[in-house]
Amino acid sequence: MISADLNTILPEILLSVYAMLALIGAVYTGKDKLAPALVWLTAAVMAILALWIGSAGGGTNPAFHGMFVDDAFSRFAKVVILIAAACVLVMGLGFMQKTKMLKFEYPVLVALSTVGMMVMVSAGDLMTLYMGLELMSLALYVVASLRRDSEMSTEAGLKYFVLGALSSGMLLYGASLTYGFAGTTLFSGIINAASEGHLSIGLLIGLVLMISGFSFKVSAVPFHMWTPDVYQGAPTPVTAFFATAPKVAAMALFARVMHDAFGGAVADWSQVVALIAVLSMFLGSIAAIGQTNIKRLMAYSSIAHMGYALIGLAAGTEAGVQAMLIYMVIYVTMNVGTFAFIMSMSKDGQPVTDIRALGMYSKREPARALAMLVLLFSLAGVPPLLGFFAKLGVWQAAIAQDMVWLVVASAIASAIGAFYYLRIVFYMYFGEDREDALDAGGSPILWGFLAVSALIMVVGVVNLFGIEGAAAAAAATLVN
Amino acid sequence: MANLLSIVTFLPALAALILALFLRGGDAAADRNAKWLAMIATTATFVISLFILFQFDPANTGFQMLEEGSWIMGLKYKMGVDGISVLFVMLTTFMMPLTILASWGVKTRVKEYMIAFLLLETLMLGVFMALDLVLFYLFFEAGLIPMFLIIGIWGGKERIYASFKFFLYTFLGSVLMLVAIVAMYADAGTLDIPTLLTHEFSTAGFSVLGIHIVGGLQTMLWLAFFASFAVKMPMWPVHTWLPDAHVQAPTAGSVVLAAILLKMGGYGFLRFSLPMFPVGSEVLAPLVFWMSAIAIVYTSLVALVQEDMKKLIAYSSVAHMGYVTLGIFSANQQGVDGAIFQMISHGFVSGALFLCVGVIYDRMHTREIDAYGGLVNRMPAYALIFMFFTMANVGLPGTSGFIGEFLTMMGIFQVNTWVAAVAATGVILSAGYALWLYRRVVFGDLIKESLKTIQDMNTRERWTFAPLVVMTLWLGVYPAAALDIIGPSVEALVNHYDTAVAAADLGGSTVAEANH
Repeated sequence: MISADLNTILPEILLSVYAMLALIGAVYTGKDKLAPALVWLTAAVMAILALWIGSAGGGTNPAFHGMFVDDAFSRFAKVVILIAAACVLVMGLGFMQKTKMLKFEYPVLVALSTVGMMVMVSAGDLMTLYMGLELMSLALYVVASLRRDSEMSTEAGLKYFVLGALSSGMLLYGASLTYGFAGTTLFSGIINAASEGHLSIGLLIGLVLMISGFSFKVSAVPFHMWTPDVYQGAPTPVTAFFATAPKVAAMALFARVMHDAFGGAVADWSQVVALIAVLSMFLGSIAAIGQTNIKRLMAYSSIAHMGYALIGLAAGTEAGVQAMLIYMVIYVTMNVGTFAFIMSMSKDGQPVTDIRALGMYSKREPARALAMLVLLFSLAGVPPLLGFFAKLGVWQAAIAQDMVWLVVASAIASAIGAFYYLRIVFYMYFGEDREDALDAGGSPILWGFLAVSALIMVVGVVNLFGIEGAAAAAAATLVN
Repeated sequence: MANLLSIVTFLPALAALILALFLRGGDAAADRNAKWLAMIATTATFVISLFILFQFDPANTGFQMLEEGSWIMGLKYKMGVDGISVLFVMLTTFMMPLTILASWGVKTRVKEYMIAFLLLETLMLGVFMALDLVLFYLFFEAGLIPMFLIIGIWGGKERIYASFKFFLYTFLGSVLMLVAIVAMYADAGTLDIPTLLTHEFSTAGFSVLGIHIVGGLQTMLWLAFFASFAVKMPMWPVHTWLPDAHVQAPTAGSVVLAAILLKMGGYGFLRFSLPMFPVGSEVLAPLVFWMSAIAIVYTSLVALVQEDMKKLIAYSSVAHMGYVTLGIFSANQQGVDGAIFQMISHGFVSGALFLCVGVIYDRMHTREIDAYGGLVNRMPAYALIFMFFTMANVGLPGTSGFIGEFLTMMGIFQVNTWVAAVAATGVILSAGYALWLYRRVVFGDLIKESLKTIQDMNTRERWTFAPLVVMTLWLGVYPAAALDIIGPSVEALVNHYDTAVAAADLGGSTVAEANH
């Protein structure tokens, strides 16, 4: 029994053992000199794990009496998380070295937070959920303030920690209420208590408090306040990490709790989620208009994108979860490319984040500008790029549930949002040449990530690289 | 060739890809290669597209040369042409080599310029051939990206304002259409255009915020599509992006905009609004009529006072599109025939007029009417060509412009005499502004110092105009060449429309008022 259970969580065990070995090894030997090698090694371990999980046999395997669930849904999320984390690690290496903030703790912390995410998406119990969530968050608080001598970075870390602790508190309170009224912490038990359609008042409050906690983690309105500051303050590679893997994990966890634990009371939470979605889309689209710092702008962009993804969840159906998963994959791909571009923005070796410095970038770097153009139009959801299909998918799911108002609202928000993406295009293509123009060239690794991600946006239109089937299978195991 | 339509559609995109991947360097040789490759690709597309015309059977009113394949997210890749779309396809492939020829003098970023135009051709062709709603939307929207860049990068002084206005206006319009598309999918369960053409959307009236909506769902969907197509067309009062975009766009950009992009709005009305929401069209036709009539008179008057040649022609385009919308929503054989004919003819004529402006702009770098005068003394060939297209624009019998205007007026006269009377004044006004423009630019004494050395058209420019002259004359003398192809499909469309409107019994509106 125990050996079978351990077998199920073998990937998580391996990654955490690796992280601890790496930590000890680096402390007793080369310390920061080992950091570059450690980054590559961690990325390689993650890639191998992703490959392993992705090719592992199907079926649903509950472990530890259902506290931990390994199913198609969690495997899908884990593969995306691991690949995203590996990409971001490799991508950020050059930037970290150039700005001299590469510490050996960085890859280790990223690996640990990835373990947390893997546990989160496999949670079958409120305890597991909280353990995973906290492991992820604690590691993230630290990496946010990785640049210890920078006021912005430490401020980002502190803000994130204080607000994160608050949201954890809410989540815990919600979990305890749920436990009190359902009599169990197991999702499979909660769903029995919550399946009558009419939730008891305690369960309802627990549900809402838990939704608040998740909203914080996915940075949905009204729990988004930390996002712009943390995105701006954290070192860019860390921001790139924040914008990708943790978002997928939090969204997957959100979907899992809603469907696995409260699947019998869809009507009770779907309206709440829909409201959060609308608020996020509008706030993200409108607040980004005035931003000139590209990292802040991307923070608002991610708030808006979480809103669109939540539409899929709000639909409360299998098709909705499938659309949400596809949305997250496309979102992560776009963000990896965009952050690769942001990391390559520099002037005299110093990183630049002001979008006005992009004036006439297309003249000096036509290929990079074109790739970025594709990504920006895709982020704005202009067809025929993949970003459009991401939106179309969630809209289809919502319309099937007669949530026309939600779709109309999101269509309007996306038209507003198009403006600020266009503004970056404007600086790159029509702006004026400036004295402080960005350096030409840049690391080939970053260019590779940018180019591949832009290419995916175009070529993916043909068949979405087959992730549709995988997402459908994942959604089918979750919604039943 | 089983994939004829796809080959025609994606051939330009393929050429663009080759340009992007394999053409290196920014020297004169690379620029020349880019131009020649674009020229060869667009010409080849035109030649291959002739096979579409040859294979096309006008008697068959359904969709022909169908291609179908499954795609992502339950969508379909489906292409086909019918009597309504086939001529737009031909217009596009015909105009593109001419626009490339007209851009031979482009000096900055030639490679990117050619890539943008080639991609634009693929997207425009896709719009006219797509038989899946989302596929249509995809091509329709994606065309914004290259056009945004064409105006923004190669445009005139105010290009940034114009490109943003162009993008945001059209994007806002089409987002509403997208919502309607999703709603149609929810109602009909399919995105297949041929199936949707026979699907009857509900016409039962309902109330929104206390306002009774006659025609119910159909009216709402019609309005959503209208928001998009009216901007694209453009109709008064949402036409203001067009003069800005035209003035700032480079010559070839203006040609494509006037000749092809504007036709997407009219095509949309014919493909979606009229057949899919006949009751909605019937209910809101008076609105369209009066908007069109106002557009014709108002924009003609505005054209009279313009000092910029391109702006004048842009306003005249809006007026001519007014006839098109009148023709379409008169919903009878003459009106719809005339609307399609007018769009094709306007493609040649307005395209040629923008080329005419381009010819002297390339020499003098100004579009101010006052900067010219007496050109006939030094540019006789130019004066002749400009005269010919001015007359075609006015609608002189013997040119294609006449047939289109005459047929649409005939169509609208049967439906609403007053609107026809107002629209007819536009014919007189158009003669006014067009001839006055011609008088100020071409006639008079050549007194301007700067014009004393101006050269007449060179061989390349003459060859650009030759095909347009031939087509304008040919369609003017023998309109049956086009009408025989359009006719049967339009007849089927009009019959379908009449049946649907008769079945819906719009007496419902009076009943509803009685109930209140």
